[in-house]
Amino acid sequence: MQPANNIEDIHIGIGEYKVARSPGRLVTLGLGSCVGVSLWDPLSKIGGLLHVMLPNSRDFTKINKKEKYADLGIPLIVKDMVRQGADRNRLQAKLVGGAQMFTGVDKKQLFNIGERNVEVSRKVLKELSIHIVSEDVGGNKGRTMYLNLATGEVLIKTLGKNLKVI
Amino acid sequence: MGEPSNLSELHMDALREISNIGLGHAATSLAEMLDSKIGIGVPQTDFISFEKVIEIIGGYEELVSCVSLKLEGDIKGIVLYIFNETSTYSLVDMLMGLEDGTTSELDDIATSTINEIGNILTGSFISAIGNFTNLKVFPSTPIFAFDMLAAVFTSLIIVSDQPEGDNVLIIETEIFRDDKKVNGYFFLLSEPASIKKLFVALGIDA
Repeated sequence: MQPANNIEDIHIGIGEYKVARSPGRLVTLGLGSCVGVSLWDPLSKIGGLLHVMLPNSRDFTKINKKEKYADLGIPLIVKDMVRQGADRNRLQAKLVGGAQMFTGVDKKQLFNIGERNVEVSRKVLKELSIHIVSEDVGGNKGRTMYLNLATGEVLIKTLGKNLKVI
Repeated sequence: MGEPSNLSELHMDALREISNIGLGHAATSLAEMLDSKIGIGVPQTDFISFEKVIEIIGGYEELVSCVSLKLEGDIKGIVLYIFNETSTYSLVDMLMGLEDGTTSELDDIATSTINEIGNILTGSFISAIGNFTNLKVFPSTPIFAFDMLAAVFTSLIIVSDQPEGDNVLIIETEIFRDDKKVNGYFFLLSEPASIKKLFVALGIDA
C-alpha cells in the first residue's frame, strides 16, 4: 500500500485498514459495535486506521480477511506502518466505537460484541507496547471518525450531537 | 451467505415467489389489524454485497430505523427491516392512523409500532414458508435501533455468525395504505446450510 500524496479524505471500509502520510485524513464511516483503531507517529506523520469488526479470529474456523479481527488486524497495520517508515515506539493509538446499537436485547444473548472489540483491541495494543492516548468508546450511538494525519487529532461525528475531538 | 453465484435463475425465482407469498400474508395481517386496505408492491429480490446495501438505502451515515429478529429452528439466521427516516415517520403515521407528516420523532409508542411491523412481517413469512415446506422456524423477540445505517447494519452482520459471508439476500418492497406509500427494505442473513435446506424443501436441487 502506497502512502497517499493528495489531501483528499481516504475512506476505510468495513473490516479494512489503510496507512497514509500527512497531509490528509483517514476516515471510517458509521462505526457501531465495530471499533476504529487509529495509530499515528508524530514525527514521520504517518497514520493508520483499522476498522475492527470482531475481537477474536480464534472464535471462527474460516478466516478470509485478517483485517476484520482485532487480534490479527492490529499487528498487521502496525507492521505495514513500520514498513512505510513509522517508528513503532512512537505510535499513539486512539480507540473509537464499540457501541451497543440495539434496544430490547436480552442480556443473556451476549450480544455486546462492541465491549469485547474494545477489550481485545486494548489487550492487543498493550501486548505490542503501544500507548492508547485517548478513547471514545461504548454508549449506544453510531460514530464516524476522521484521523487528521498532520495533527494526529481524531474528529468524531455522532447523529444529533456536536462534533468531538480526541 | 456463502456463494450466491451458485444460485440459478430458478433459485432466485423460488426466493422471489416465497417473498411474494410472505409479503401477501403480511399485507393480509396488517389489513386485519388496521381494518383498512393494505397493499404491498412486487418485491425486488437479489443477493448483494454489504457495501451495495448501504449505497441503495442512502449511505453510511443515513439515519434509519431497524428492527431485527433472530431465527431458530430449521432455518437459522437473522431477518432485518430497514426504513429511512422519512419512511419511518410515515410508517408510524400510517399504522397509527395519523395524518401523514404528524410524526417527526420516535417515542416509545412509535418504537413499539415499528417493532410490531417486524413481528407481523416475520410471522407472515415464516408461516408462508411453513405452509410450503413444513420447515419449522421460530423467531425471537425484536430488537430495535434508530441511528447511522452503517453502524446499525454492520452491528447486526456481526451477530449473524456469518462474518466472512459478504452477500445478503435483500427484498425491497413498498407498503401502501390507501394512497399512502412507504418504502422498506427486508433482509435475510442465513447460513448456507439453511438456505440449502430451504431449496430442498421447495423441491429444487440446492
